Amino acid sequence: MARDDAVTIAIDRIACDGRGLCAELLPELIELDDWGYPIVAPGSVPPQLIDDARRAVTYCPVLAFKLRPATTAESRASAPARQPLVARQPG
Amino acid sequence: MFDQVLWFAARGAGIVSLLLSTAVVCLGLLTAMRFERRDWPRFLTVELHRSIALVSVIFVAIHVVSAVLDPFTELGIFAALIPLASTYRPLDVAFGVISVYLVLAVLLTSLIRDRLSQRTWRAVHWLAYAAWPMAVFHSVTAGSDAFAPWMLAIVATCCAAVGALLVWRWSVVWPGRRELADVVDRSSIREEPVKRPTGRTAR
Amino acid sequence: MTPTRLLAGPAIPAGAETIADHRQRLGPRPRATRRGELTATLDRSGLLGRGGAAFPAARKWAAVADRADGDAVVLVNGAEGEPLSAKDQTLLTARPHLVLDGAELAAEAVGAARIVLYIGGDHANAVRAMQRAVAERDMVVPTRLVAAPPTYVAGEESAAVQFVDGGEARPTGVPPRPFERGVGGRPTLVQNVETLAHVALIARYGDAWYRDIGSGPTRGSALVTVGGDVAYPGVTEIAYGTTVRDLVAVAGGSVDRSSTAAVLLGGYFGGWLRAEQAADQPLDPRSCRDAGSAFGCGVVHVLPAGRCGVVATARILDYMAGQSAAQCGPCVFGLRAIADATARIAAVGTARSDDLAHVVRWSGQLAGRGACKHPDGAVALLRSALRTFTDEFDRHERFGVCVEAGRQGRAA
Repeated sequence: MARDDAVTIAIDRIACDGRGLCAELLPELIELDDWGYPIVAPGSVPPQLIDDARRAVTYCPVLAFKLRPATTAESRASAPARQPLVARQPG
Repeated sequence: MFDQVLWFAARGAGIVSLLLSTAVVCLGLLTAMRFERRDWPRFLTVELHRSIALVSVIFVAIHVVSAVLDPFTELGIFAALIPLASTYRPLDVAFGVISVYLVLAVLLTSLIRDRLSQRTWRAVHWLAYAAWPMAVFHSVTAGSDAFAPWMLAIVATCCAAVGALLVWRWSVVWPGRRELADVVDRSSIREEPVKRPTGRTAR
Repeated sequence: MTPTRLLAGPAIPAGAETIADHRQRLGPRPRATRRGELTATLDRSGLLGRGGAAFPAARKWAAVADRADGDAVVLVNGAEGEPLSAKDQTLLTARPHLVLDGAELAAEAVGAARIVLYIGGDHANAVRAMQRAVAERDMVVPTRLVAAPPTYVAGEESAAVQFVDGGEARPTGVPPRPFERGVGGRPTLVQNVETLAHVALIARYGDAWYRDIGSGPTRGSALVTVGGDVAYPGVTEIAYGTTVRDLVAVAGGSVDRSSTAAVLLGGYFGGWLRAEQAADQPLDPRSCRDAGSAFGCGVVHVLPAGRCGVVATARILDYMAGQSAAQCGPCVFGLRAIADATARIAAVGTARSDDLAHVVRWSGQLAGRGACKHPDGAVALLRSALRTFTDEFDRHERFGVCVEAGRQGRAA
């Protein structure tokens, strides 16, 4: 579903240091490669994960994790939320 | 009676501030070290670091306000705002004053972090390494409990915690520019660079 | 058959064409009579950038012109960091005034106040020729020459801008792109030297003339560098759509199963094709991309039969890993791991059992995860190698057998 306020994840790859907090906070969209750097699911952030995505922006120690407005093509391809390996704790 | 309350508040809030800011420094070091355990994700370290920092500032405010309002201390507003303006132990109080200003700088830059460059924010944040020892010195020397054994014990514990983490943090190396460049330069093939073709191809 | 448009004029080995000869051969540099006139002509001509990305030149010019306030910068990109390519050096050394004409035309069209000539520092002849050429004429705006470091990524747009501004020649990654904020914070047009040379001719002869040659989806001519197993390696000019077989024949070689193992198109950012596939492959950006390869910067490199594609690919990957700007973890660690694993596969006897599986997995994860397209290009090359040399990779991995029988035991 395309939305006007759809956002997508944009990581500053030069600032990114493989700290891994984004993957902890957003496991449905981010997994870490063999060296600890994030692999991001393409497409826009599903509405139910937007709060967690904003939290990831605040928590990244090097401010590499950002959100930007999604293009029309990206917002049509809303990222399929992957089942996280560790169940999300309630609250 | 009220004076007693202010006096206790000033001392108590001061000690609590010391403990909280020690925790903040420790959590900051743990963040830099990418600390994590099975039940302790990295974002928890960052979360606690930020939350406790905010709480510690509140206790510092209580400490300063009650110390100034307390008629027994003879500290005026200027003593709290201007280093060395205090008539009572000017140097010891001054360390506290400067420490608060440094902490305020760290706090304010962190609040507007997305508007600053990472380098600016980090440079100011490192003032914490000056602010905390100054706060410790102030705790030991400026208070009416100065050099009391239990007070020294508290301070010693705080210093031990930070000291241990400092040693641990500086002993661990994380990939910086130098390390990334080293990985790039490492080649498994000893090979001549490709020779460029020169001249113009025949028709 | 071989068109001579850019390379028309005195013989290339004779050196730089002087301003006098240039003006005598081609006439004075045209001036636009209306704002946007030349950009519109370029739009109709369909001129694509010759730096490797094949981006429509007119669109770039319009983007810069829209943002410029008379203070734009034209960055003439002659870095040519691709080791297999020699076309830019050749053009700069032999036809400097064509390139300078194009630069001045661009400056006038986008409203630029300065021109920066960004020439590969290791191409000493090109640097000298351009310095002399600039001294021979009165450039319409202040022009300076900056020698680019001899690295692969130095030619990337944002790396060039950063270096010209006094920093390192490393890509900057985040927005804004140069056409918005480039050199000195001004809108900057970064254009390959060959593109500007074409502009100099289109401005004189028009878009219909430019489109008059070429077959297939792309019209016009382009410079290519032919190398490898050919008798006369070097730079030549082709009409888009020329087949690899015809081009290689001009260079004194042939593309057939008995004598050729494979052909690399586009350089280290390009892709391998088997001889039988390559022979009839038309050389133009769209056709090459559809075939799983790339036109890129016009490199055509012939790998003879008896040479191993796995070994060649391993060497290229090692070079690419070593040329990383060392800014982004995925590129630094991922490319190095891929290169090392491929090298082990190539050097028979040293491959680990999961090396190939790792290479496939890592390369699937790498694209788009750096600040620039360096890892993407390397991965595209690797993918084409896995596709083209499937049997060779298989034999290397499972039986430790290499086509280059005499080179067993080391990645030669």
